[in-house]
Amino acid sequence: MLKIEDLHLSFGGIKALQGISFEAQAGEITGVIGPNGAGKTSLFNAISGFYQPDRGRVWFDGRDITGMAPDRRAALGIARTFQNIALFRGMTVLDNIKLGGHTRLKTGLWGALRYFGPAQREELEFRRDIEERVIDFLEIDHIRKVPITALPYGLQKRVELGRALAMRPQVLLLDEPVAGMNREETADMARFILDVQERFGTTILLVEHDMHMVMDICAHIVVLNFGQQIAEGSPQEVSQNPAVIEAYLGAAA
Amino acid sequence: MINGNLKASYADDERVLDNSYKKAFVYGMMVVLAGFAAFANDYLILVACQMGIMLIAVVGLNVVIGYTGLMSLGHAAFIAVGAYGVTILHNLGAGTVPDAVMPFIAVPVAVAISALIGIVVGLPSLRVKGLYLAVATLAANFIVIFVIEQDLFAPWTGGMTGIETPAPNLAGWVLDDKREMFVLIAVFAFATILTVQNLFRTRVGRAFIAIRDRDYSAEILGISLLRFKLTSFAISAAFCGLAGALLAYFYASILPEQFELALSLQLVAALIVGGMGRTMGPVFGVIVIVMVPEVIKVVFGAVSGGDPSVAQLRAPLQEMAFGFLIIFFLMFEPLGIVHITDRILRALNRWPFARG
Ligand SMILES: Nc1ncnc2c1ncn2[C@@H]1O[C@H](COP(=O)(O)OP(=O)(O)OP(=O)(O)O)[C@@H](O)[C@H]1O
Ligand SMILES: [Mg+2]
Repeated sequence: MLKIEDLHLSFGGIKALQGISFEAQAGEITGVIGPNGAGKTSLFNAISGFYQPDRGRVWFDGRDITGMAPDRRAALGIARTFQNIALFRGMTVLDNIKLGGHTRLKTGLWGALRYFGPAQREELEFRRDIEERVIDFLEIDHIRKVPITALPYGLQKRVELGRALAMRPQVLLLDEPVAGMNREETADMARFILDVQERFGTTILLVEHDMHMVMDICAHIVVLNFGQQIAEGSPQEVSQNPAVIEAYLGAAA
Repeated sequence: MINGNLKASYADDERVLDNSYKKAFVYGMMVVLAGFAAFANDYLILVACQMGIMLIAVVGLNVVIGYTGLMSLGHAAFIAVGAYGVTILHNLGAGTVPDAVMPFIAVPVAVAISALIGIVVGLPSLRVKGLYLAVATLAANFIVIFVIEQDLFAPWTGGMTGIETPAPNLAGWVLDDKREMFVLIAVFAFATILTVQNLFRTRVGRAFIAIRDRDYSAEILGISLLRFKLTSFAISAAFCGLAGALLAYFYASILPEQFELALSLQLVAALIVGGMGRTMGPVFGVIVIVMVPEVIKVVFGAVSGGDPSVAQLRAPLQEMAFGFLIIFFLMFEPLGIVHITDRILRALNRWPFARG
């Protein structure tokens, strides 16, 4: 579904990615782990089109998207959440989620200026759809009209997932979805991520430091360290890999 | 939360006039304006026409500055394009196109030309923001006026000395009276506000706001910055073009200097005073910006008692009042008059006790 091929990316002297290659299988959750500064977020930025890699390719559904602009990649079906939450803070939950529908909706300028007719029909249909498929699903119906700034951190993370789901993505990139959450919030989020995979068959790429969660829900794991891919395999294989143990112990020491 | 704001369906929840206050206000305004058109004296009609024309332009400017977050100090250029466009088209069509049909061709064409020029002027917004964009749009304003003033184009534009403008004949209804023009302007002003309001009920308007608030998030949601920034400029230029067309019909003649930087600044000032990115912002802002000089004029007339040495202080005083007004709002109420009315409405709504 999503194939990364020999990806290299550097910022001046810093080599953020050095030859990353793996494939995220359709409908599976693939974990990307590694110590701080390993290059996980940089990898996501290269996949979503914010950074142009120096070398290597990104393939989506058999198509080379390496040179494509971020908005075109989103239109193809790649959605993402950010490590530091990138919601529109002044807007309500509902307005944020509606923005996720941008590429699925068809209303053009003329329809929008007129509103009544096709645009209104599409809007109401869309509203019904996100109410059921996103707002009810994520159990956020009580905060629909609440501005983002008034929400606790954990709920903001959930709303950001909701906005990504409103895109009906084929591939979903989640950058540390449970960072800073307590146990209960983490368990909720893990359940939602599994539900997304089961119900919508979405291919998920998950960056996370919470090892329990990663080992629990990922089918496949890629391990990065200092921009290099040091291991890849099932949770079992990866957790027994000496290089991985070394990287984590090294980082902890 | 506003009282009685519980909705039974999503359609109800998506309405523009989503509570009884807003409904009462809009329908009340229509009645007041109809009464105004019938009974107000000529002076008030004149002032109201100026407000209406400026309102259309500021609502347009609000799309680009208030909702898309792109600065412009050049929107007077689009008013010029609308005004000169209509005038030139009338002159070109005289004799071949029947008078009663002319406005139905001239206005849409002039508006379309404004929109196209708006796209060109908006191109720098893809690369630069803030101050740099302000300067780029300012340059566009200078260029448009410069072109209009050229002797080369004087046969069409009248050059530096200006040009006489036509009176519109709408399918037989000749609007040669200011009171009739007021009706036309009021209808267009209402339609402009509603049309722009519609934008923000759909993906197009939401895309503008997303670009304003966080452009990289907008991109990640599939919003093309190129397409929607230019669309925003085109819409806002189109409404300024419409304002220009009405202005040409309203006055007996137009001069290039009417459309210089001072007018662009006035539009921005109205937006600052009224409140950016809000429906009612342009309405409040335009009322204040047009009223202040008028009030000073009236007060001065009374105080000076015809003494010319006092009367000559009027113009500089008007400019100073204008400056103080902007500084006052920037310092004490940067969100504009809408922020004050928001607070009043909220207080009223809670009175006599907080039920919301
Ligand atoms: N825009 C940038 N400019 C310069 N250097 C950058 C930039 N983005 C990332 N880097 C550098 O690239 C390296 C990888 O950073 P990245 O954010 O991808 O790590 P990460 O694995 O996501 O870490 P964390 O777990 O802390 O989020 C780091 O050394 C970082 O300083
Ligand atoms: Mg990171």
